[in-house]
Amino acid sequence: MLSNYIKIAWKVLLRHPFYTFITLFGITLTLTVLMVVTSFLDHLFGSHYPESKRNRSLYIANIVQTDSANTTMSSGPASFEFLTKYAKSIKSAERVAIMSNFSFSNAYTNGKRIKLNTKYTDVDFWSVTDFEFLEGKPYDETNIRNADHVVVITDALREQYFGNAGETVVGKTIDIENINYRVIGVVKGSPPTRVYTYSDVYFPYTAPKSNYENKGIRGRFAAIVLSKSPDDLPAVQAEFDSYVARIPRSDYSDNNHFNVLIVKADTYFDHFLHTFARNDKDRITLYVIVGLVLLMIMGLPAVNLVNVNVSRILERASEIGVRKAFGAPSKALLWQFIIENVFITFIGGAFALLLTLAVIHFINSSGWIAYADLTINLPVFLISVLVCLVFGLLSGVLPAFRMSKLKIAEALKV
Amino acid sequence: MIKLQNVEKVYRTSSIETLALNNINVDVKKGEFVSIMGPSGCGKSTLLNIIGLLDAPSKGQIEIDGSPVERYTDKHLAELRNRKLGFIFQSFHLINDLSVIDNVEIPLLYRNTSGKERRELAQAALEKVGLSNRMKHFPKQLSGGQKQRVAIARAIVGNPEIILADEPTGNLDSAMGNEILGILQKLNSDGATIVMVTHDEAMAKKTDRLIRLFDGTQVG
Repeated sequence: MLSNYIKIAWKVLLRHPFYTFITLFGITLTLTVLMVVTSFLDHLFGSHYPESKRNRSLYIANIVQTDSANTTMSSGPASFEFLTKYAKSIKSAERVAIMSNFSFSNAYTNGKRIKLNTKYTDVDFWSVTDFEFLEGKPYDETNIRNADHVVVITDALREQYFGNAGETVVGKTIDIENINYRVIGVVKGSPPTRVYTYSDVYFPYTAPKSNYENKGIRGRFAAIVLSKSPDDLPAVQAEFDSYVARIPRSDYSDNNHFNVLIVKADTYFDHFLHTFARNDKDRITLYVIVGLVLLMIMGLPAVNLVNVNVSRILERASEIGVRKAFGAPSKALLWQFIIENVFITFIGGAFALLLTLAVIHFINSSGWIAYADLTINLPVFLISVLVCLVFGLLSGVLPAFRMSKLKIAEALKV
Repeated sequence: MIKLQNVEKVYRTSSIETLALNNINVDVKKGEFVSIMGPSGCGKSTLLNIIGLLDAPSKGQIEIDGSPVERYTDKHLAELRNRKLGFIFQSFHLINDLSVIDNVEIPLLYRNTSGKERRELAQAALEKVGLSNRMKHFPKQLSGGQKQRVAIARAIVGNPEIILADEPTGNLDSAMGNEILGILQKLNSDGATIVMVTHDEAMAKKTDRLIRLFDGTQVG
């Protein structure tokens, strides 16, 4: 049955090469856009270098202080002290890393100024992430304790600051804001889209200007809590929530002004979502908006395809008449035309996949995003297949319905 | 086997009403070879379409094997057409994109028949019409007579009890027409009930019984 449908679909495609070209062109372009978007979303939210353990990581990045009526609100990153007290102490976690949000600095070499992104981290940062050390090693507890002036830099900064001589730079000094730091390691950099690991220079948190000793619950730090397995995430979240619930109100409420404290250990995607949508209502609105945008992206070309398909009904009238006369129920014909359309969509999908690979290669090598690593991996591929299926159904159902409802006697007259 | 009582068919457009069939009463017995004759536009094909459940009458009753079909759903009608009826059309209505054997298999696609069984039955049907050497050909590579033989193979592949032929020789020369009629007569002698629309008096005379139509009315 299926082979009979596919044979017909293939022959119909070959019958009018120009129509086929237009149809496939539309499908391919649409699906390419969706596949590149999928790949980009995977780049943003998936587990990739150097945060390849995201599937078992929780992010504590934002503290919200509000009043019980939710009329005024203040939010921002946590203090080092807060994270040490409430995140580092999570017993069910495998490890907890604390790092500052990135800030800006300048380095000077041969009278040239280099603008830098900087980050202050603890030692666990290097275990929770999986940075590739091209040279040297990360700083350790001794460096932290002694407040050593040591840094880990990226390969890009190594090239910018020390040139391309190819010799090792570990042990050399780098002048950042008039303080000399000894380079202790060089890592392959992280893309700026991964804000908790992205930087040009990594300092031990005891280095100057980290402000890690500032009091209060708010500051400039975030934590990544690594659980032992993805299944443990709820337990880790529950443990953190229980610690937060026990924080005395006097620690965060000032004259009963902000007497509600909201701080969560969320998965990366949830933590990202929470920055836009703080409650369930906002979340649903966000999902609806995203859904509508996706539907628009798919819907407009689908409507176009519907038109092309409907205008080609007459061409197939005799076939529809014959199939019905010989016992095809409307439902069988409906499926036949949907399957045909999905088949055509998948051909377009195959072209789109090739085009997406080319676009991704172009984005990765263009330098628009430093260290961009967009890929077509299994999840992206499966989502792309799903997108093809949805597009195929979206553009196929209406023409299929109209075709299946043709009156036999009328159809056979054509 | 097939019984039509007081069947009427009216075609309506916004401004005009055309009476295509008026008070038709037909009773075709099992194993009969009946022809429907009349001039062009007298309603022969409309009547055959109604007998074949391809079109619904505006009034009247149709019984197939003693059961009235008015209340049948689309699914039931499709099943009835699939099991009991086989159609042969004047313009063949073969699907040009499918090979001869794929065309013949069509009625079996809508039954629970395995791919292997479908192939075997289609081959047997093509052998009956003497076209087993053309299975892989496409309709465009065949002559008119060969196309009609493929159409006959398709009509008989599911072993239906009733074969409905709408001017099966209309597009063929007389030699080829006689050959096709011969095949139909053979099928009839093997037990099939056949209703054939024709405007060829000579052909009609070779069948068991004649129903004459004129302007949508039965005149004999």
